This record gives sequence, C-alpha cells and structure tokens, in this order.
Amino acid sequence: MSKKAGVPFKGTKEQEKQLLEVIAELRDTPGCLMPIMQRAQDIYGYLPYEVQKIISDELRIPAEKVYGVATFYAQFNLNPKGTYKVSVCLGTACYVKGSGPVFEEIQKILGIGDGECTPDGKFSLDTCRCVGACGLAPVMLVNDDVYGRITVDQVKGILEKYN
Amino acid sequence: MKTLEELKTVRESMLDRIETRTHFAEHKGGDGKYRYHVLVCAGTGCTSSDSGKIIANLEEELKKNGLDNEVAVVKTGCHGLCAMGPIMVVYPDGVFYSQVKPEDVHEVVEEHIKGGKPVDRLIYRETDNGVTKTYRESDFYTKQHRIALRNCGVINPEDINEYIGTGGYQALGKVLTEMTPDEVIQLMIDSGLRGRGGAGFPTGLKWKFASGNRGNVQKYVCCNADEGDPGAFMDRSVLEGDPHVVLEAMSIAGYAIGATQGYIYVRAEYPIAVERLKIAIAQAREAGMLGKNVFGTDFCFDIDLRLGAGAFVCGEETALMTSIEGNRGEPRPRPPFPAVKGLFGKPTILNNVETWANIPQIILNGPQWFASMGTEKSKGTKVFALGGKINNTGLVEIPMGTTLRTVVEDIGGGVPNGKKFKAAQTGGPSGGCIPAEHFDVPIDYDNLIAIGSMMGSGGLIVMDEDNCMVDIAKFFLQFTVDESCGKCTPCRVGTKRMLEILDKITEGKGEMSDLDELESLAYYIKENALCGLGQTAPNPVLSTLRYFRHEYEAHIKEKRCPAGVCKALLNFEIDPTKCKGCTLCARNCPVNAITGTLKEPHVIDTAKCIKCGTCMDNCKFGAISKK
Repeated sequence: MSKKAGVPFKGTKEQEKQLLEVIAELRDTPGCLMPIMQRAQDIYGYLPYEVQKIISDELRIPAEKVYGVATFYAQFNLNPKGTYKVSVCLGTACYVKGSGPVFEEIQKILGIGDGECTPDGKFSLDTCRCVGACGLAPVMLVNDDVYGRITVDQVKGILEKYN
Repeated sequence: MKTLEELKTVRESMLDRIETRTHFAEHKGGDGKYRYHVLVCAGTGCTSSDSGKIIANLEEELKKNGLDNEVAVVKTGCHGLCAMGPIMVVYPDGVFYSQVKPEDVHEVVEEHIKGGKPVDRLIYRETDNGVTKTYRESDFYTKQHRIALRNCGVINPEDINEYIGTGGYQALGKVLTEMTPDEVIQLMIDSGLRGRGGAGFPTGLKWKFASGNRGNVQKYVCCNADEGDPGAFMDRSVLEGDPHVVLEAMSIAGYAIGATQGYIYVRAEYPIAVERLKIAIAQAREAGMLGKNVFGTDFCFDIDLRLGAGAFVCGEETALMTSIEGNRGEPRPRPPFPAVKGLFGKPTILNNVETWANIPQIILNGPQWFASMGTEKSKGTKVFALGGKINNTGLVEIPMGTTLRTVVEDIGGGVPNGKKFKAAQTGGPSGGCIPAEHFDVPIDYDNLIAIGSMMGSGGLIVMDEDNCMVDIAKFFLQFTVDESCGKCTPCRVGTKRMLEILDKITEGKGEMSDLDELESLAYYIKENALCGLGQTAPNPVLSTLRYFRHEYEAHIKEKRCPAGVCKALLNFEIDPTKCKGCTLCARNCPVNAITGTLKEPHVIDTAKCIKCGTCMDNCKFGAISKK
C-alpha cells in the first residue's frame, strides 16, 4: 500500500475516539465494513492509510480488504479534499447540454485536473455522474451549492465567489 | 396501530385533507381545518433552485399575517415539471405556479391567499399552436397516467398519516388478513408486472422462484435504489416524494416469500432521499407497519438502509448484494440465481424502486386493472426521465405503448430553439439511440429491443442536430470503461479497446476497417461478459453504427464531424466579409497560424492551426467560426 500521498496525516485523538465508538456500535451488524468506512470518512474527511489501518486492526480483517473496498468505490477518497469541493456533472443530460466545455474551463481557471486539489488546499475538482437535477442541466456544485444552467462564461464568476 | 380498524380510522381522519388536493373541486372551503393548502416542491431539482427559501418565506409571511392556522404549508416531492421549477400549487383552487422565486411569496400571500385572486404572471401556461393552456389542460399533464408517481407532488413524504390518507398500507393489511402468500404471488404473476430496473423480468415469477421452504430458512427482500444510469431520476423522485410506498411493497413481498428482513440499497449521492427514507422507516416502525406482528398477525418484517458508495456496477443484482455484504461490488456468476442463493448466501429477491411503487396499487385494484393498461407483453405504465435537448425536462409516467412522438413532441414540448430532432437515447449506458424514423414505434420492452435499444431504467435523453453520434457513443463507452469492475476480461479489456478505436475515429485517424473491428469486438463482449454491465456495454456503439453509420463514415473518409463537435476535426475559418483586419487574432495566436495586413481580412493556415480557439474568443466581430 502506497503511503506517498503528499499530505501528512493530522488525525486527532478525538477523531480516533469517535471512530472507535462507531466501530464498537456497528461491528456486529452483517456487512458492517462499508457503513464503518462511510462514517470514518465523515469523521476525517478522507480515508488515509492510518485510518484504514485502525479499521482493519479493530475488525481483525486484512488491511488489503479495507484498501480494496476504499479504492473500488468512487465515494471514498484516499487524499484530502479542498475547502471548496467543486464538482461538475458529466451525466448524459448535462453532457449533451455542454457540461464538457464547462469542466474544461474550470480546469483551466483552477489549474488542476479531475480528482486533484489546488496546492493551497482551497479547491478540489471532481466530475460526478448525475446529481439528479437534470432539469437544470448543465449543473456544477461547490460544496452543497448547486449552480444550474451554467455556461462557460459564468464559471469564473462562480469560482470568484469562493475566493 | 394493531388492527385494520385503526388504520381505517386514521385514513378517515385524513380524507378531507387529501381530497382537498385530489378532488379539490368538491372541497372549495378547504379541509375543515385549513382554508388553503400551499404545496411547494422539495425535490432535488426545485431544492437546487431555492425552494427551501420559498418555504421559509411562506411560513414567515403567513405567521406575520396571523394566517398560519388557516393555511397549511406542505413540502411535497417532485411534480415532474422540473424544467419549470420551483413549483408551487395552491389548493383547493388548483392553481399551478411555476418558476416561483423566494421574493414572489409576499405577492402570493397578499393577492392570492388574502385577496382570493391568483397571481396571474406566475401561473404556468403551455402554448400549443397558439392556444394557451393551463397546467391541467396541458399535454404534459393530460397525456400522462400516474400510478408509480401517484402520490409524488400530492402528499407530504415526511408524514405517514398523509400516505395512509391516500389508501396507504391498505394493501399490506389486505394481503396479511385476506390472502395466502401463494395467492399474492399468483396475483403478481397475473398482473404481468415486469421489473422496471432494466431487464424487464416478470416480478411475480421472481417471487415464485424464491418462495419455496417458507419459514424454515432466512430470506431477504432487497430494494435497488442505486439509480446509476446518468440522466434517470425517477427512483429518486419516488423515494423523495412517496417513500412509504416502497416500505409497504417490500413488506408485501416479505409476506409472499417468507422473508423477515429487507434492505434498501440507496445511492449516497441522494441525500434528500436518504433522509426521507430514514424518517419513513422510523414512522413505519412507530406505527407498527414494520416490526413484529404487523396488524396483529404472525408476520414480522423490518427494513434497514444501506448506502451505496458510487459504483455503477452495483446496480447489477449480484454486485449489489456483494456490496451490502461489505465487499467490493463485483458481480457473481449466475446460476445460482439470487432467488436460490443471494444476500449472505440466502434466497433473496431484488426489485427496483419503480417496480415496488406499482405493487400496492396492483393489490388494491386487482391484476386485471393493471393488465388492462399497456401492450400485450408490457403491462401498466412506465416512468421516463426526459432530459437533454427537450423543452419540458422532467419526469413523466405514460402507459406502455405510447409512441416516442407523443413523449417527445406532445408531453416533452419538442426540441428547443427550432433545432431538428436527431435521436432519443434510452436505457443509459446499456441502451441505444433511436432515430427519427422510429418515432411512431409504441414504446414497450420488446419493441425497444427490436430497434436496438432497451427500456433500461427509463432515462430518455433527446439529442438534436448539434450532437455528434460518434461522440455520444464514445461518451457512453468512456463511462463503462470507468465503471467496469475489472473482474472479467471481455468487459475490462474489450471495452477499453473499443474506446481506443473510437478515440482514433474522432481524432480523424480512423480507417474503414475500424468499423468492422468495432462490430466484432462488440458482439464478442456481448456474448462473453460476466454480468449485465458488460453484456450491454457495446449497445450504444452498435445502435449508432446501425442508424448513424454515415456519421462514422464522414469522420473516417472525409475527416469531418458533421455536427461540429469533435475538436480535432474542426477547422477554424475567418469570414472575410466580417473581418475588419484588426490583427487581434493574429497577435494572440500561439502558433502564428494567422496572417494578414492591417485593415485587410486575415487568413488562418489550417496546417499550422492547433485548434485552441483563442482567435475565436478574441474576435470582437464574430468573424471566426469552426466548421
């Protein structure tokens, strides 16, 4: 398992205590690994090696199994996200209405690609598959704020709001 | 609630409240408690356009005017007309407002609620050949038939009593007290209901296969709410607008096959749906509709939620079960089928949300009622999510056998901006593109397969002349390549090879032999992939090759993209009649491909041009275009 991720792990004792409580609560439920990992990601914001190790030790399952699940699902992040999580819907309805050029424009402005984070930790960029707001296509999100019917020209103004 | 009588009492106490909305002409004075019901859509689409603020403003405004005891504010699920959101409906007047803004609330309260005069400028109207129609007269509304969506946009999904008021949990009461499990299964078989998630397997038969050995083995009932098909959002709308219908239907199935535990596997990307399901499960437990000895019988059944984590393959039944077990969501070979060996190795049935939403109505109205709708082999209705280049984006429920023309032109309001319809894509990444020549084919499971597409979960994306079909095929294949779980080689490697060929073609490096190669790879993958994802992945390519081969050929032979989408094949040109010779383009061109003298029209050397588009962005006269 690679530990090369550039950001040092900054988990606190308090977070670890919360995680151990979650594990104690769920460990006897059948198929508990994913729910535990989802809650762990809520606590830490992402799932670095150190957190996966705690889960594997506590549940007495191989670390590779935890890593396997973490890398299988798009929802689990092995690297931290930015303060502002920007995502662009590349679902079919948004795509045919031009979300592709919008995504390119954001990459150009932020200088980062899909799944990356700006060096100052402010913005991270992801693509997503359909948030279900197809009536507003094309759609982009900044954290929980939804921007619908966006055009390439509007992107700069939207991102500036978070600067 | 322990008995059917108690359920009846609750229903009767809610009847006026519900009928003020469903039979509003007969409830002119309101429901006895409230003069007005103001319904505001709190689905994902309308919430994204600020309906939360509208609800808050409305409550504040009513309170300020001392009207909060006379006017009920009801948060509902989706009305379907997402393109015109946020939606607000005022009963008993039946006035349908669209594109309401938070600042419009004051006017609605002053003019409509206090003055009794609806706010004309906010009323939704459809113009059809010069005739103006209100919502209830519109084609969008009159050509639909809502069974699965019957309560969406009508009831408050966070109040179990409103669901009971519409007849909710009556079907469960009926099967538990009047029918044997085998009778329930026979009824489902007779109704002809087929799975709404994609493959269209008969629901009753699926239940029958899992029904053996009742009471002696642990069995499970699962709900597939991992709506992964991009552009389909009907399952989300049912969960957001009417979550109890799913709980009731799963309980009925639990009784039919002898299961005691249900799981709903829902996408984590649908936070509103997850929240409403949690509330619904808690209320159903509290009311005794879930748990031990439901309606005082021996039947015990409970339901838990499991959140998906963003993997398209988990919509496949065996992969979904592997995921609930806490593993990487990889599919398993079938047989053994889940009805024999499913979740945790036990007999399991899995149906999708829309399928569940039909079941209580089938039990209450009888199988003949349901079978009287639709075509010979596809009964009932189907919900479609209209999206893409269409005026009325949103959710519609139509009887099976309706033509694509009716859906796109009448209900959907046609293609915007006077553009020409090119194709409708159904079935998502597993489906295909239907060209205009098949506009009059009645939509059902078998007809769609015959014309090279499939029903899928019901996403229907409309494309116009500006969409390149090769690019669309590439888009879907890119999706399957990303989402392939990697377990079997045909899917993992085969789809990647197909994508590489499409990349080549859209870059202008394709050869005619590539098309044969694409086809033979496609059939090989269809025959050999392990699960439904791989077996259907080549469909978008095959259907576009079938109907839009000329577009592929234009890319290959003429190195031209007819729709003007594929960047590598576009040439930038300066219109000499519009160019003023300002030199701005030439100064900004990074590769010095533009030449010309001051105040004379400039020219682009297409051999040098790297197609970055900088010149077009800089031109103040709109003289540069790409062709």
